[in-house]
Amino acid sequence: MRIRTRAGVWLLYALVVFVFVYPLWTVVATVFSKRQAKLGAMMNVPHGLTGANVSQAWHLGVARGLLNSLIVVAVGLTLQLTVSSLAAYALARKRFKGAGIVMLAILATMMMPEEVIAVPLFQVLGKIHQPFTGGTLVNSYGGLILPLVGWALPVYVLTGFMKRVPLELEEAARIDGAGDFHIFWRIVLPVCRPALGTCAVFGFLMIWDQYLLPLLVSQSPKMDTLTVVVTSLQASQEQGEGVRLAAVLILAVPGVLVYLALQRLFERGLLSGSLKG
Amino acid sequence: MTTETTPTPVAADSVLSGRHRPGGPAVKPFRRRLGPWLYLAPLLLFIGVFKVWPTVWGVYLSFFHVRPYLGNEYVGTANYAKLFSDPDLRSAVVHTLFDAVFAVSGSIFVGFWLAVLLQGPARHVRILRTAVFLPTVIAMVAAAELWTTLLYPSPYGSVNSLLGKAGIGPEPFFNSPHSALASVILMQIWKNAPYDMVIFVAGLASIDREMYEACQLDGATRWQRLRFVTLPSLRPITTIVLVLGIIRGLRVFTEIWVSTNGGPAGSSESVVTFLYRQFSQNNDTGYAAAIGTALLVVTMVLTCLMLLWRRRKDI
Repeated sequence: MRIRTRAGVWLLYALVVFVFVYPLWTVVATVFSKRQAKLGAMMNVPHGLTGANVSQAWHLGVARGLLNSLIVVAVGLTLQLTVSSLAAYALARKRFKGAGIVMLAILATMMMPEEVIAVPLFQVLGKIHQPFTGGTLVNSYGGLILPLVGWALPVYVLTGFMKRVPLELEEAARIDGAGDFHIFWRIVLPVCRPALGTCAVFGFLMIWDQYLLPLLVSQSPKMDTLTVVVTSLQASQEQGEGVRLAAVLILAVPGVLVYLALQRLFERGLLSGSLKG
Repeated sequence: MTTETTPTPVAADSVLSGRHRPGGPAVKPFRRRLGPWLYLAPLLLFIGVFKVWPTVWGVYLSFFHVRPYLGNEYVGTANYAKLFSDPDLRSAVVHTLFDAVFAVSGSIFVGFWLAVLLQGPARHVRILRTAVFLPTVIAMVAAAELWTTLLYPSPYGSVNSLLGKAGIGPEPFFNSPHSALASVILMQIWKNAPYDMVIFVAGLASIDREMYEACQLDGATRWQRLRFVTLPSLRPITTIVLVLGIIRGLRVFTEIWVSTNGGPAGSSESVVTFLYRQFSQNNDTGYAAAIGTALLVVTMVLTCLMLLWRRRKDI
């Protein structure tokens, strides 16, 4: 607080950027550098540009991992948002016996994160058989995706938002003879677009971040998600850190892109989640 | 459309609003009563199958010695007895608590100063805030892999080469039992402090400007203004972030498993990495289930206490 000069403030800015952003830059520099430094060292600037590290990582399982992660996030997020908004519609717009208990039960599942119930969850997945293939959910996309669908946060955020949608909108449609689902789909949901966006950002990061669940569920490299692939790559004396960090970079980039694209939605959700939740 | 009964005025009214009004018919048509549950059914199905069933199954398993192909053997409370007498688990609990308390309070401390430095609506601080926030949105696995490289224990490692210029090191960081857990905490602060920063920036913006003006009139110094206006105004938010963070910190897994794998020599083992090791390496599923159940109970008790306390304090 004693720093009064502008120069001092800018020095602190520089320090903050150095600590929080520069490490990320060194990853980029190392990955695209033609000349690799010694094991453990990173580059400050790339020495000669190359895509060799990325393409090598790509062939060492990153391609498959990325595909799996994208499938999991696309299907998982769609299901998560659908299921959450349907439930939120009932909780916010309908009055019925047991609504309070249901909301409480949903919030209580916040206390059952994957880490804590992982082991019995794995056994439960082994008991559920899939239609068509007949195999269990272990080592399947179903096992990677379905446990992530029921999440309390989007239900909570969407319920809060839907409660504030004026009732008149709904009544006008009802007079025009619209059914319940029509009202949900055509009237309430479009109004909730900002809240859905917030939930989508958080859901994306939550699903993309999963590590323990795929570690348990995936039993073969074919089903590994990107997080599992990244931890299986080793740095080597000849290649330096380049190939390993290329995989790290590919894992980190989607989160950054989603954040930069939807920053406003993200910060609003963060605040409502931590201050009121 | 939804009601085929005779359209009495009251029924029409309840169709219009979609709600049961006092003075309306006591018995609503079946489909109307069913309606909300149809919308809730998918979510309740997913929660029931993938949250409640595993939780109940975990409690059940915790009373068994789980043997694949041979059938489970009922062992009563043996797993829980082991849980209370296992020195390895006890040290994992100590590491977890140590990690949760220091990582969360460290993040709050750094996040607060970041917020003080980068608060306000000016364009350049907004850009800086966006940049500083980036560690928060990259996947935990990516952050942990990045930090194992940054803290590489040879003189060539990024951080060690910096320290070398100042005449320190090279430090072993993740590679020594004395510094492994501290290095994990350092990484967690790097990843979580920007998150707390955003919360504090909003908190700072919500403080009444008149309080600062009154301070100025009274001739308060900057330090006094911080001490007697800013900090007390932020106390409720800080407490919530602290408590929620510590509860969340009890289940730390990914960052430790990826960066140190609980080592060296178990010096950074947390409760959940220990649990996972019992399952994946020692094949002691019953014991793992007992640890998970105990952790769940502790989490629930702490959360309920926090909710009660928040209701009492009304924050």
